[in-house]
Amino acid sequence: MAIEGADIVRAAALMGAGLAMGIGAIGPAIGEGFAAGKALEAIGRNPREAGLLTRTMLVGQAVTESTGIYSLVVALLLLFVV
Amino acid sequence: MGFSEQIWVQAMCYLGAGLAIGLGALSVALGEGYAAGYAARAVSKSPAMSGAILKNMLIGQAVAESAGIFALVVAMLLAFTDTSGAGLLNGFAYLSAGLCMGLSAMGSGMGSGFPAAEACKGISDNPDTQNMLATNMLIGSALCQTPSIFGMVVSFMLIFMDTTGLSLWPTWAAILGAGICMGLSAIGSGLGSGMPAGTATEGIARQPGAAGALRTNMLIGSAISQTPSIFGMVVAFMLIFMDHSDIPAWPGWAALLAAGISTGLSAIGPGLGNGLVAAEAASGIARVPESQGQVTTTMLIAQTISQSGVIYGFLVSLVLLFMPSAASHNVVAWVIPLSAGLCMGLGGIGPGIGIGIAGAYAVRRVARNVEIAGMLRRVMLVGQAVAESTAIYALIVSLVLLFVI
Repeated sequence: MAIEGADIVRAAALMGAGLAMGIGAIGPAIGEGFAAGKALEAIGRNPREAGLLTRTMLVGQAVTESTGIYSLVVALLLLFVV
Repeated sequence: MGFSEQIWVQAMCYLGAGLAIGLGALSVALGEGYAAGYAARAVSKSPAMSGAILKNMLIGQAVAESAGIFALVVAMLLAFTDTSGAGLLNGFAYLSAGLCMGLSAMGSGMGSGFPAAEACKGISDNPDTQNMLATNMLIGSALCQTPSIFGMVVSFMLIFMDTTGLSLWPTWAAILGAGICMGLSAIGSGLGSGMPAGTATEGIARQPGAAGALRTNMLIGSAISQTPSIFGMVVAFMLIFMDHSDIPAWPGWAALLAAGISTGLSAIGPGLGNGLVAAEAASGIARVPESQGQVTTTMLIAQTISQSGVIYGFLVSLVLLFMPSAASHNVVAWVIPLSAGLCMGLGGIGPGIGIGIAGAYAVRRVARNVEIAGMLRRVMLVGQAVAESTAIYALIVSLVLLFVI
């Protein structure tokens, strides 16, 4: 059975999807953990501002999450559209 | 061409021997050098204690060395194995054994350096505590060796494996996957167990009165940091001992190899993350001994959440091991399991570390502000949930690859 060009392209797209999401998941998670850590440190110093600090943490994490979501979008595109 | 099968077996044997001692020696030397550096600094600070510091450094280095000795033993066994009559599968088992031992010595060797270094530093800062420091260092470093011992056990099983009656395809992938899985999963756990051992030893020098509490906390924290390597060992045993004869060779080999990669890679992050949390817990208890209860509770919650990466990796490995697949030589059919394994394996690394960092800061603040421990834990959980999201994306992509495509 001969392997056709289309199969190779499809396989490359699938491998690309796995690698995109796998590698793309590393950075955002570490960054979000760091943001949460620093927010906790600030809350410890100034517990009265806990609400404000939690809000700021979530906004910062939402921005950090964006590259993770880009990875997910690219992975899903490679899986279903390409 | 006069290549016989035995030439390949011999070559894989030597390659395995080189990998075992090469990778193993690398990190053991780093751990010992770290200890020696701290010892030199301690001697310059209090030259009068140089004898005690030197003795302590040598004992600490000797324990750190054990991972290197395991690697040397495996390398020697491989280098002098009689390969006459051994089949290609044995060759893969030798290569896998070397890789497994070399990788699994990496974390333990470096991790054991932390308590040894802190004990040397502690002796110069607080000479009265030197016996307590040495005891704690020994317990901590010994615990730290566990992942490399798991690695040695799996290596020996691979070296002395009976491969008669097993077909080369797809068993070679299971054998190689087992070594990769055990070896990679031991890295994070070895380093992670060393971190709390280091800070607990440092804490005893600063706060000898809290030695009991610190030791208990170190034991719990280190033991939980070992969990990812236990997941790795379970998958390695499944790959070695399960009957793979009913799996089609293509794409079965890719699924077996990917099962090892998924758990092995995803265990690295949680091992490190657990260690970061436990290390801060020990230094928090040393600073404020009364906070022990709240600190330990927070540490346990954070460590549990940090495990999720390896649990997803384990889940994907189980799916890969037990999912029936139709025989197919199509390139798409065997790329799918490899891609799914790599996706979840790599995707588990970051969340494990990130959740660990958040947990470490939380534990540190809980020790200093016990009165707001509840609120800190709540915010920690929110932050960790967000950090968890990318692991869930990776799990989704892996499962889509396996079940939908």
